[in-house]
Amino acid sequence: MKNDKKEVLVRVKDMHVTFGRGKKTFEAVRGVNFDIYKGETFGLVGESGSGKTTIGRAIIRLYPIQGEVIYQGERISGKISRELDKRVIQQIQMIFQDPMASLNERAKVSYIVSEGLLNIHKNLSRQEIKDRVDKVLLEVGLLPEFSSRFPHEFSGGQRQRIGIARALIMEPSFIIADEPISALDVSIRAQVLNLLSDLQQTRGLTYLFIAHDLSVMRFICDRIAVIQKGRIVELAETEKLFAHPTHPYTRALLMAIPMPNPDVEKDKVLQIYDAEKYASWERGSVWAEIEDGHWLLADQDTIEHYRQKLR
Amino acid sequence: MEKKAILSIQDLNIKFNLRGQLLHAIRGVSLDLLDGECLAIVGESGSGKSVLVKSCMGLLDKNGFIDSGSIVYNGMELTANKKEKEWEKIRGGQIAMVMQDPMTSLNPLKSIGWQIGESLKYHQNLTGEAAKNKVMEMLTDVGIDDPKRRYSQYPHEFSGGMRQRVAIAIALACNPRILVCDEPTTALDVTIQAQILDLVRGLQKKYQLTTIYITHDLGVVANVADRVAVMYAGDIVEIGGCKEIFFNPKHPYTWALLSSLPQIAAAGTKLYSIHGTPPNLFMPVRGDAFAPRNPYALDIDFLHRPPYFEVSPTHKARTWLLDPRAPKIDPPEAIREIKNLKAFGGDWGEE
Repeated sequence: MKNDKKEVLVRVKDMHVTFGRGKKTFEAVRGVNFDIYKGETFGLVGESGSGKTTIGRAIIRLYPIQGEVIYQGERISGKISRELDKRVIQQIQMIFQDPMASLNERAKVSYIVSEGLLNIHKNLSRQEIKDRVDKVLLEVGLLPEFSSRFPHEFSGGQRQRIGIARALIMEPSFIIADEPISALDVSIRAQVLNLLSDLQQTRGLTYLFIAHDLSVMRFICDRIAVIQKGRIVELAETEKLFAHPTHPYTRALLMAIPMPNPDVEKDKVLQIYDAEKYASWERGSVWAEIEDGHWLLADQDTIEHYRQKLR
Repeated sequence: MEKKAILSIQDLNIKFNLRGQLLHAIRGVSLDLLDGECLAIVGESGSGKSVLVKSCMGLLDKNGFIDSGSIVYNGMELTANKKEKEWEKIRGGQIAMVMQDPMTSLNPLKSIGWQIGESLKYHQNLTGEAAKNKVMEMLTDVGIDDPKRRYSQYPHEFSGGMRQRVAIAIALACNPRILVCDEPTTALDVTIQAQILDLVRGLQKKYQLTTIYITHDLGVVANVADRVAVMYAGDIVEIGGCKEIFFNPKHPYTWALLSSLPQIAAAGTKLYSIHGTPPNLFMPVRGDAFAPRNPYALDIDFLHRPPYFEVSPTHKARTWLLDPRAPKIDPPEAIREIKNLKAFGGDWGEE
């Protein structure tokens, strides 16, 4: 599939996010550009503090930004009309990292799941709301009976399902999943990941999947952007990124994944990304394609070098 | 060379009293911890892995109690300990623990120099200048740069990975023989996790520690462990040398845990997930606790609890599949391929 045939759902143009004011400012996102195509899962990967969560939150209008976010051809950053705002709230939903912290402990599941709906469709009858809640709970693999329970009665995986149900009930077209499985047991992770990809199939959803663990992203993402200190340093289709991880930071992230093979692990020499050692990469300011759909941030010579190598 | 066991658990049963009901959290576990080894205990949440080690330190919650069995450390019967005073001789000085969440296990109101110094004072009788120098030394040991400046800083000034290093320094300052790491990297990034694992391995050599590493992620333990114990529903279902567990796993639950690792499965396929939920330990468990979730379960699994079958002198598993009368079932293909698994990234890239 060629990229130019796909429809762009979200376009982020030269996004900057700055925290603090006056002299004590910190630029968390430093000029990020990417497109998310309709129906794909776009991954953002980086260490904590790299700005990946900030980008997700900035798209959903939680932070003021410089630059632009275009959603379905319309600018949704900065000042927008009330009507568009309402549409954005309904169509872009978020799934959070920690299912323990992101659900209201004092509310029943029925309320947690239906809360968003109550704000958008004010004239739904109780029965209609209940029907929708039951339907969406079934869709995420929970029983409708659970709607009268409280969050503490559920396990971590079930809570994350509630979080997903809460997003789905709005009938969104774009979901930002911010480390949705980091807080879960390995055996539960698979269930939640499979649920997310099933939902993508049945509902035609588009995901922005934010995580720090590339081994998980290999399964769910079509394309992955590697973000380091607020800049995207490499962007490629998942297979290409795993076959030719070029930026040393990408390589450090890959090497950090523990392999369940004692022979490999015990000989492994830990590689830590050292900004000083890779000073030439740090200075690199050319954002260019080294193979079809594989972008790299480096200096011109390096780009040329890898272009030759990949030919 | 035969290694000596320094901690020996025999047929341990632990129960919790919850709202008038008894929860059977540990169901007859026997385990020897050998001197100088790193033992990994792996299992899902609720499998009892934390409870097991906590019971060795007298750290069970108030409603938990040891129903039967024995824990012998260094010739001492720990289950006979009644008073906190007796436990204090074990805790820290003999067995020290690094907790899961470095955000909550450190005191936010005290400088980290003070917090490390506190254990030095109690366990090594160091005070004043000597203690301070020792703290600096420990900070360097756990990989914290610029210890002079770091000494007087507070936990909030440290990142997650650095806080975990501080927590490790505190545990080591007790000068223990056994270091228990309870999911020390679950709350951390993969890159930081790799560093912490590397650190634990290095410190184990330097301080000649015996380590227990608790985790839910089998992928992590290939790096640190000499032996691996797999726990399910309060029982050790398989235990063996690190290579035996990864290259020749026998218990279907170990297969399931391995198969659910995203590192193993081929991209583009569905990730394997274990069906169902762990058994309710308020009820007596009949047969093999894993049977209802086990696609390979035999009829007998639902009736009788399997004994341990020996695979090699160091490797045993509790599954009827190893009985000579059982049908021969091979582990899933992805698991047989583990031997050929290579690190991601490969040789591409750097020259």
